[in-house]
Amino acid sequence: MTTFAPGTFKPAPGRGSLPKMLFVHARTEAMLTLRNGEQILLTVIIPLALLIALSLMSVIPMPEPRVGSATARIFALAIISSAFTGQAIALGFDRRYGVLKRLAASALPRWLLVAGRVCGALVVVALQIVLLAVTALILGWRFPLSGLPWMVLLIILGTLTFGALGVLLGGALRAEIVLALANIIWFVLLMVGGVALSVPVGFVHLLPSAALAQALETSVVHGTAPGVGPVAVLVAWGVVAGALATRTTRLT
Amino acid sequence: MSPNPQPAVEVSGLVKRYGSKTAVDGLDLVQQPGTVLALLGPNGAGKTTTVEICEGFRAADDGTVRVLGLAPGSEELRPRIGVMPQGGGGYPGIRAEEMLNLVAACAANPLDPKWLIEVLGLGGAVRTPYKRLSGGQQQRLSLACALIGRPELVFLDEPTAGMDPQARRLVWDLVGALKDDGVSVLLTTHLMDEAEALADQVVIIDEGRVVAQGSPSELTAHRADDQQLRFRARPGLDTSLLSAALPEGLKVREATRGAYVVEGLIDPQVVSTVTSWCAQQGVLAEELTVAKRSLEDVFLDLTGRELRS
Repeated sequence: MTTFAPGTFKPAPGRGSLPKMLFVHARTEAMLTLRNGEQILLTVIIPLALLIALSLMSVIPMPEPRVGSATARIFALAIISSAFTGQAIALGFDRRYGVLKRLAASALPRWLLVAGRVCGALVVVALQIVLLAVTALILGWRFPLSGLPWMVLLIILGTLTFGALGVLLGGALRAEIVLALANIIWFVLLMVGGVALSVPVGFVHLLPSAALAQALETSVVHGTAPGVGPVAVLVAWGVVAGALATRTTRLT
Repeated sequence: MSPNPQPAVEVSGLVKRYGSKTAVDGLDLVQQPGTVLALLGPNGAGKTTTVEICEGFRAADDGTVRVLGLAPGSEELRPRIGVMPQGGGGYPGIRAEEMLNLVAACAANPLDPKWLIEVLGLGGAVRTPYKRLSGGQQQRLSLACALIGRPELVFLDEPTAGMDPQARRLVWDLVGALKDDGVSVLLTTHLMDEAEALADQVVIIDEGRVVAQGSPSELTAHRADDQQLRFRARPGLDTSLLSAALPEGLKVREATRGAYVVEGLIDPQVVSTVTSWCAQQGVLAEELTVAKRSLEDVFLDLTGRELRS
């Protein structure tokens, strides 16, 4: 028989401090992503390989300066990979393994459950961007520093918008279906969603992928503020996806 | 303790429907603070639904539920309770200690995660991701998550499902220690011995209704003549002959092949009659025992002996 000293489990309930909860939750989310081999392939290896290929090979037509254009597009792809596809798949399997229910049963407030995931995703995106930016600079990218504040804002906006879309997909369907759809959508957006190629079809500009790539190109290549159009498209997708996701996301 | 303590859990007239199926059908229960209450019932009786409504995971269709005097699921209540959901829960890639650290960060005065990991026998699996833990290990981690915040009230939904006998024993010891320290425990089980060993109060539910409640001894010994004499002998003895030899009011049956049961008021005379009757038949009555009804008998009498689909 296992014995416990009297008073070992004497009740002393209470909620932990909010900053600590947020920090530990965000750190856990980021750490689990960075430890997952498939996530690293999707969020780091593929964007890095495409950045090098697009910069050095002229198979795919791209406006000059070539390295700058490629960098902007690959930044957009990295955000889609991690905030949308990665987040959707992770959420699908997290639900399968009951972690949302587990955390919802703890003292963690519901808003923090979302905030922790968002912060974790932003940390991962920041690391991706730093790695890609260093590679791009080595490849000859000339970054106009005047574009830095816009670039940072667009990266945050893109992460939030694609994160909301990722939660919308990953929060309602079965994990295997999420896995398949998230990867298919990623591929479609890359090829014909205005990321790798500029598609001169009207409605493509209304896709969040094209809007993000276009807006980033303005700040990353020309160092100027993005147009109102792409930003409005991103905000609209984010708001609609977020509003829908709060209704459709299930804990299990 | 105040003369009129607030109940740990108070449920009245609880109703929950899933489509046309009524899972909980006017259920009432009151759990006094510092006690262990076992919700006992067959699969599909409405145990998990009831507990998940108390935990705030599901909304009731009718009736009222107060947990520590508060509405289930409220931000004020959640830090004060510990929850072990059925089947556990964790990030697929997380390690046991990381998961426990995360839940510990949500509490003001958590227990030491490292200590709890060792107590629950997970020290050998610290580097194993959650999805590769066995069902029993996942259950133990989930139990640790329920206890780490030093709650006043703990909900354990089938806490020993999938556990080996050693782990099951440990859970029983833990529940005893929780009770000794004044923690209220509400658990669900379909294991009679678990309810009998742990609970101050057993609430037997079936088809969403309370069919009996009381302490294990109240449930098993409410009538003096409600006893059993059991023995084993050659199968196929003619029990009507034994019945005729015994005083009136005693019932004899062959419960399973070669296992005979005499039910009623068992006194020394009855024991003597049974053994001498067996001697006349030329058989030896083996493993002869006299016992009161077990909780299992009560349970099966109330909920029926047929298997449910």
